[in-house]
Amino acid sequence: MTLPDLRGSTAIVGVAESDLGEVGPDRYAIELAAQAAGAALAEAGLTTRDVDGLFCAIAGRGMAPLDVAEYLGIRPRYTDGTMVGGSSFISHLHHAALAITTGACDVALITYGSTARSDSGHGRLAMGPPELPSYEAAYRPRPPITGYALAAARHMHRYGTTRTHLAEVAVAARQWAALNPKAFARDPLTVEDVLAARMVSSPLSTLDCCLVTDGGGAVVVTSAERARDLPRPPVYLLGAGEAHWHRAISQMPDLTVTAATESSARAYRMAGIGPRDVNLVQLYDAFTINTILFLEDLGFCAKGEGGDFVSGGRIAPGGDLPVNTNGGGLSYCHPGMYGIFPLIEATRQIRGEAGDRQQPGVTIALAHGNGGQLSSQVTAVLGGGDSL
Amino acid sequence: MTQSAPHREYTDRVATGSLPYQSCDGCLSAVFPPRVICPFCGATDLSWRESAGLGTVYSASVIAPRDAEPYSVVLVDLDERFRIMSTVVDLPARDVRIGMRVRAGVDPDGPTGPRVVFTPEEREAAS
Ligand SMILES: [Zn+2]
Repeated sequence: MTLPDLRGSTAIVGVAESDLGEVGPDRYAIELAAQAAGAALAEAGLTTRDVDGLFCAIAGRGMAPLDVAEYLGIRPRYTDGTMVGGSSFISHLHHAALAITTGACDVALITYGSTARSDSGHGRLAMGPPELPSYEAAYRPRPPITGYALAAARHMHRYGTTRTHLAEVAVAARQWAALNPKAFARDPLTVEDVLAARMVSSPLSTLDCCLVTDGGGAVVVTSAERARDLPRPPVYLLGAGEAHWHRAISQMPDLTVTAATESSARAYRMAGIGPRDVNLVQLYDAFTINTILFLEDLGFCAKGEGGDFVSGGRIAPGGDLPVNTNGGGLSYCHPGMYGIFPLIEATRQIRGEAGDRQQPGVTIALAHGNGGQLSSQVTAVLGGGDSL
Repeated sequence: MTQSAPHREYTDRVATGSLPYQSCDGCLSAVFPPRVICPFCGATDLSWRESAGLGTVYSASVIAPRDAEPYSVVLVDLDERFRIMSTVVDLPARDVRIGMRVRAGVDPDGPTGPRVVFTPEEREAAS
């Protein structure tokens, strides 16, 4: 049996963030997820009554779909709680398209919330027992940063990538954030600032790391047919692909090559396009090395050339390839998991609603999610009406 | 033969001073961490082996806590073709280099019990 042809068969019809930044100790992740859901549905001209497919993952809540459905008063006929870390929400988009295309649901709500920032210091970060014996914990890596640091060190060793290359990524993200009123960190940042920041797990410093903020987001998906009757211009899912090869960083075969090579190949094949057709990229920049690895693995430059590629402002405002135009996890927001926000920003750019950071003529945008420690990789290709 | 409690077998063997790993009876691959099924071929007969302990640093990071000595976190590729996370001791953390040859030993006082650690095999680090 062949998979249904997903290209252009479903569309994003509503997106929204919840309150972002720091919401204080009296608020809960589920409230932010619900706030974002309400706003995304309102934008779509729909209500919770219309939702019959629910997709969500919340860190630390093993039955998040049950929590969210009860909270919103939704009785879904299709539920997906796939939890593969920060890439979960782009995976949910893929799964929602499959469910809608096969008739398993009509209106899919993807939603997420986190109070990661407000939780720190309030004793709400309860850790459960480990699911598996750890063969890493005895060496006291700082999860997840040390995993990414080991990848960065190997990339530097193998390809001559430098800390200045990494810093270029952080500076570009900050320049984009300066154009986004919702971004958390908007003050000017230089390469020298990043190089001088306190080292956390070498070669990554505090300014090579994403923010820790609160926040939530939601995305509403329905069939292309129904989308055309709704208020906002549909943003079509043209292609999606998923891949994961490991969980623990010590099990990643080559720390310089991620499963994004495979997820993006699948997404491009379904969409019938290649990286040269992509106008804009939103990718999961948990750490500066991510942007370099993913631009290579998504096909925007050759393996090993990511450091040079991100230099000279190429991915910053005014550069050849707009990357993370909202400021990314490095400067806009990073509430525990970031994967829903690339979808929100890509949608807004395709609709032409991105304000001061709007890029001209965005027909095709790529959204890429990362989960675990460079583990789960999920790629989606999105397009406006002109892309069909 | 398949071990019913491979993690316990591993920790018991580490406590005696060795670096144990498994070898698949089906495809002869080295398997680590210990399992009840081969991740390369799916065979369920895995035999325990003891590593000779020699390996090469594949990648390295230094963590410098505010109130303690810096320490290294490394990935070591053992000559028997498996990889392990560990740390290099008897050498300042900042001097640990990718490509360095290292030898395994057991630190009886690890944070979660005896743990495998590495020492530099040559004072002159390979590139
Ligand atoms: Zn085997």
